[in-house]
Amino acid sequence: MKLFKNIKVAATFFLAASLLGSITTQAQGDDNTILGAGSTFVYPLFSKLFSVYHQKTKLQVNYQSIGSGGGILQLTNKTVDFGDSDAPLTDDQSKKMGADVLHIPMCAGAVSITYNLPGVNASLNFTPAVLANIFLGKIKTWNDASIVALNKGIKIPAFPIIIAHRTDGSGTTNIFTHYLSAVSPEWSSKVGSGGAVNWPAGLGGKGSEGVAGLIKQTPGTIGYVELAYAVQNKMPQAKIQNAKGQFVAPSVASTIAASNTKLPADSKAFIVNSATANAYPIAGFTWALIYKEQNYSNRSGARAQKLLQLLWWNIHEGQQYCQGLTYAPLSPSATKTAEAILKSATFNGKPILK
Amino acid sequence: MQQANYPQTFIAGKALNKSKSLKKSVAVRKSFSQIKFEKIFKSTLVLIALSVVIIVLAIFLTLVVQSLPSIKALGWKFLGGKTWDPVSNVFGAYPFLIGTLITSFLALIISVPFSFAIAIFLGEYYPKGWLSELLKNVIELIAAIPSVIYGFWGVFVLVPIVRDLETKLGILPYGIGIFTASLILAVMIVPYAASLGREVVRMVPSALKEGAYSLGATRFEVIKNVVIPYAKSGLFAGILLSLGRALGETMAVTMVIGNSPIIPTSIFSPGHTMASVIANEFTEAADSIYLSSLIEMGLLLFVVTVIINVIGKRIIKRFTNE
Repeated sequence: MKLFKNIKVAATFFLAASLLGSITTQAQGDDNTILGAGSTFVYPLFSKLFSVYHQKTKLQVNYQSIGSGGGILQLTNKTVDFGDSDAPLTDDQSKKMGADVLHIPMCAGAVSITYNLPGVNASLNFTPAVLANIFLGKIKTWNDASIVALNKGIKIPAFPIIIAHRTDGSGTTNIFTHYLSAVSPEWSSKVGSGGAVNWPAGLGGKGSEGVAGLIKQTPGTIGYVELAYAVQNKMPQAKIQNAKGQFVAPSVASTIAASNTKLPADSKAFIVNSATANAYPIAGFTWALIYKEQNYSNRSGARAQKLLQLLWWNIHEGQQYCQGLTYAPLSPSATKTAEAILKSATFNGKPILK
Repeated sequence: MQQANYPQTFIAGKALNKSKSLKKSVAVRKSFSQIKFEKIFKSTLVLIALSVVIIVLAIFLTLVVQSLPSIKALGWKFLGGKTWDPVSNVFGAYPFLIGTLITSFLALIISVPFSFAIAIFLGEYYPKGWLSELLKNVIELIAAIPSVIYGFWGVFVLVPIVRDLETKLGILPYGIGIFTASLILAVMIVPYAASLGREVVRMVPSALKEGAYSLGATRFEVIKNVVIPYAKSGLFAGILLSLGRALGETMAVTMVIGNSPIIPTSIFSPGHTMASVIANEFTEAADSIYLSSLIEMGLLLFVVTVIINVIGKRIIKRFTNE
């Protein structure tokens, strides 16, 4: 009897505690703090942008770099004002959002192919087919005829090829696997594209630093990391043949060239394997995600206004900070598309920005 | 049992009530407030104890509810499936289950000789003195080091050594893989079995040991025939603690195991564990079945841990009954 009563007390206690918990998670903070969550890929840029914006306007932006998937989930649960993803929403994800979501391109980034080949410091050349065959596990040694033929004049040692890839889901993997799917029908049918895929071969490292660690330590390893990461760590970067037939090294300039294409009206486009001259073929956008109708969960009009102004600033004045952090700023045509998308956001059906 | 104290206090209270002096009524009030305090104290204890049970149940329920979409979509294929393909929504936990079990048990096999040796050395040979204190503290320190540091040590020190070994053996020199992960785990779990083992070895009654000595037994014979049989349930409980730690270890393992969801062909091949895949892929798992499969992986790890614990408890019980 006594125990039963105690259990009842405990149950009431937990009910109360869980109620309290659910109330606090509903709260959105004050109107002078905008909440965001998502991509880790764009985090260095965002933290710079938001700190500059804070100095200018005193608006606090709290951005958690928990990964694109986490950002999408938090936006679905309406616990943040904006998400950020390195891939457009899939149909399944859009359906779960329950309302129209706008994709606003923030900047573009490139993915570098990097390697550790003792005795080779030069930048190696790869064609899309050779790259796909390496990652499919079909080319097994560095002195394979197809690699040697592309790199005349470089003495390539007879090392076994070890592949290093990201084991955690990431936007970097998403861009790279989209590229491989675009250039290799075999990759597209066997593996496909996504933030995490079923790799046919190789070792997984956690995070860019994990992949970079594998590459630096293991002779004969090839892998991929973000351009910024490869530059900061002075890793060798391969030149990749683009759709025009040029071998292009990853850089901010070659990424801008890749992103300088006509975007569809909703901006949901991959820019891999670009046919533009001097474009680096493995590149992609990162998108901020917001609800088209901003009046939800008792949000104030002022809050929606502040969010839209912040994103507007990001795609205009904010773009000057991209280059220094090795991101590619939006091309003029991409900025136009982004402007049109931002202007389509509404509060109670009325446009927020004029 | 617990209420045995009340009648006495009440009788004392009644007796005190009869006399009317102020001093005594204060005492009465005091004794009543003491009774009240006792009650509050007891119910607080019950509440806290129960909350632990409720939290464990709640975790289990959350895992079950959240993994329902994946259970519905994949059924038993989740357990036996050998492919983990987030793109086409095919999720098989088998390679991860195998990876977790192999690394944990291999680590256990490597670590048990060390932890038993330490337990006997510190419990029987040098129970006191500066050397014993030093050893004891160092071993406890092993348990206190954060696992990410073991991971770093593994990547920068152990992996190159294993790679050299693999080159000599003529295997593809990855350096990382199941063997390296097991070595790291073995170091990490030594203190659990060693500390508990040391305590139980020290608790062996000296009368028993002296009896054996007086019969002419050597020190080794005493350890073999008296100390170990007496302490074996405690020693086994220590192994169980170590195993529990090895099963759930995430960070250090994920840094050196290679993270490839394949069925390992040798102990040098790369592998993957349940805890690593959850930690690695949770952040970007945006698709509902994908996320749910990762949670089901957590459920599986929970169940595996419970099963191993239950079996272990059974074995300990049998040891003690003999």
